[in-house]
Amino acid sequence: MTREEIIREENLVYKKPELLNDVPMHYCPGCSHGVVHKLISEVIAEMGMQEKSIGISPVGCAVFAYKYIDIDWEEAAHGRAPALATAVKRLLPDRLVFTYQGDGDLACIGTGETIHALNRGENITIIFINNAIYGMTGGQMAPTTLLGMKTVTCPYGRDPKLHGYPLKITEIAATLEGTCYVTRQSVQNVGAILKAKRAIRKAFEYSMQGKGSNLVEIVSTCNTNWKMTPEKANQWMEENMFPFYQLGDLKDNGNK
Amino acid sequence: MAKMKGATVVDIERCKGCRLCVVACPLDVLALTTKNVNQKGYNYAEAVKEDTCTGCCSCAIVCPDGCITVYRKKEE
Amino acid sequence: MAEKEITLMKGNEAIAHAAIRCGCDGYFGYPITPQSEVLETLAEQKPWETTGMVVVQAESEVSSINMVYGGACTGKRVMTSSSSPGVSLMQEGISYLAGAELPALVVNVSRGGPGLGTIQPSQADYFQTVKGGGHGDYRLITLAPASVQEMADFVDLAFELAFRYRNPAMILSDGAIGQMMEKVVLPPFKPRRSEEQIASECPWATIGRKGGRKPNIITSLELRSEEMEIINLRIQAKYREIEKKEVRFEEYMTDDAEYLIVAFGSAARISKKVISIAREQGIKVGLLRPITLWPFPSAKIAELGSRMKGILTLEINAGQMVEDVRLAVECKVPVQYFGRLGGIIPEPEEVVEVLKKMVK
Repeated sequence: MTREEIIREENLVYKKPELLNDVPMHYCPGCSHGVVHKLISEVIAEMGMQEKSIGISPVGCAVFAYKYIDIDWEEAAHGRAPALATAVKRLLPDRLVFTYQGDGDLACIGTGETIHALNRGENITIIFINNAIYGMTGGQMAPTTLLGMKTVTCPYGRDPKLHGYPLKITEIAATLEGTCYVTRQSVQNVGAILKAKRAIRKAFEYSMQGKGSNLVEIVSTCNTNWKMTPEKANQWMEENMFPFYQLGDLKDNGNK
Repeated sequence: MAKMKGATVVDIERCKGCRLCVVACPLDVLALTTKNVNQKGYNYAEAVKEDTCTGCCSCAIVCPDGCITVYRKKEE
Repeated sequence: MAEKEITLMKGNEAIAHAAIRCGCDGYFGYPITPQSEVLETLAEQKPWETTGMVVVQAESEVSSINMVYGGACTGKRVMTSSSSPGVSLMQEGISYLAGAELPALVVNVSRGGPGLGTIQPSQADYFQTVKGGGHGDYRLITLAPASVQEMADFVDLAFELAFRYRNPAMILSDGAIGQMMEKVVLPPFKPRRSEEQIASECPWATIGRKGGRKPNIITSLELRSEEMEIINLRIQAKYREIEKKEVRFEEYMTDDAEYLIVAFGSAARISKKVISIAREQGIKVGLLRPITLWPFPSAKIAELGSRMKGILTLEINAGQMVEDVRLAVECKVPVQYFGRLGGIIPEPEEVVEVLKKMVK
């Protein structure tokens, strides 16, 4: 069989999601953001919500998420995405409303907005990219930076005496009455990616069914600021991040 | 059991040479170019052992930039 | 024709009732004295059961203003209210609203500062309101009510202006007007706009890209300097248009006046009493009350100033608007300021004494 015989429309099994725009993404090579963008694009299309989705982008590396996924977007001030999402969902209850936030945006400057939107049970989904570092600003310590992990603002490693402890905000979210579905996923290999996609789908569906707020944490890499190759970063994440940020569903009240 | 034959098409200009597809491929079909670069200066992914590709899509699924299109056909 | 219904209520309550009646879609607020009755009245009125208006008590003023930002993105009529320290917290969001060119209403029932200050009335947020407050080159359309009636009337007007120019608007009131009870004729009911209306009137709104249209993206971010300058110049051109078309003021007894008081809001009410006492004592004094603090009635003040012997600004602050009055008359007329601080309302008699000294 020749290559030409295989490369035919009827044999197509995978292509870039249609909702992912053709414009190249600004993310560093190997960045987890791209994978999550693909998953969101696929889920929205599979749910047929292209014309009813409103995304809220954060301040941080994903600030330009609005350039990449072909839906309506609002770009929030640093940390405030859940407040925007609250208003949008309350005003337009039949829309799919989600925020896309990093660890600095969600778990540091926007902790208040995050906790309260989740606790009010707003029918939204928060996609939380946790790579334990501030990427956009050049690799500073994040609320989720692991103990001992080196960043440019804790160059000798995160020391709890100086910097306090990494924040498990997803565990906090799971204790809130308003949350329906709280899960921690990753996207470093095919199996993880497929699970993460199912989690995003579930969260989006619960939010449309009015079951409360949903948080999908994606433990991610920042190979540039971790100063590793993308491949090595995935390994490092598995060895160092996963023991502290354990994967899996923390709460699923969707069928209760 | 019929064997599956696959083929990949890499959007060379979109590729950033992160190498995650190379790692994900169970059959070492893909490799980064060593001599050629795209307009941004990245070594990009290309099929070097395409005959062995089964069209499993692992490369495309892990690709953060959506550069890879995969086709699959049952071998008659 | 049915007679107009006159009711007695606080300024803060009038804001809430006017919001419900003018087709407001959402209110997002946080309690702070002396404006809490706005949220309390809305909660008591339950407009979500009648007009469908959404009312949310947020976790902070920071969140309130960002809820307003999110709501404004959808082309809905959304608003918040607060008082000075809370409005300070909102400055970031106000700057973002201006930067993203979004219509929204912020009501400031201001109190004395700086810091936690006092819960008594003050006009000390004039600078914050008309000179920025938040970061960047932006302006807030600012209406200054002087009565409970104007509290009610300005809600719809502020929304109209905000949507006409895609710019946030502020009602800058104070604790006196917010708390005092006066008779008021509430505006007639106006239905909330339908989704179809919003989609056609606000083609920029992020409501889902129905019908396969291109996505709407609302952001204030543009990293390319050349593009950012173009955006800024366009916004500035809009501000020049607002300055040309939307100046509002009230003139009172200026025809034969030799002296002019310039005062807004509560201070303008006091000024009317000052004028009546002063005129009894032979001082010909009139009032120019800016209703829009931005755009500021500079041209009108310059015109009136050219035939005055002196101008006095009466402000419940340390002398803020006086700077704009001096700029307006370009030092061709002596301009003095008088005011009280710390939440004290000036007594008409003490202002008359100041006028007497000016006349000497």
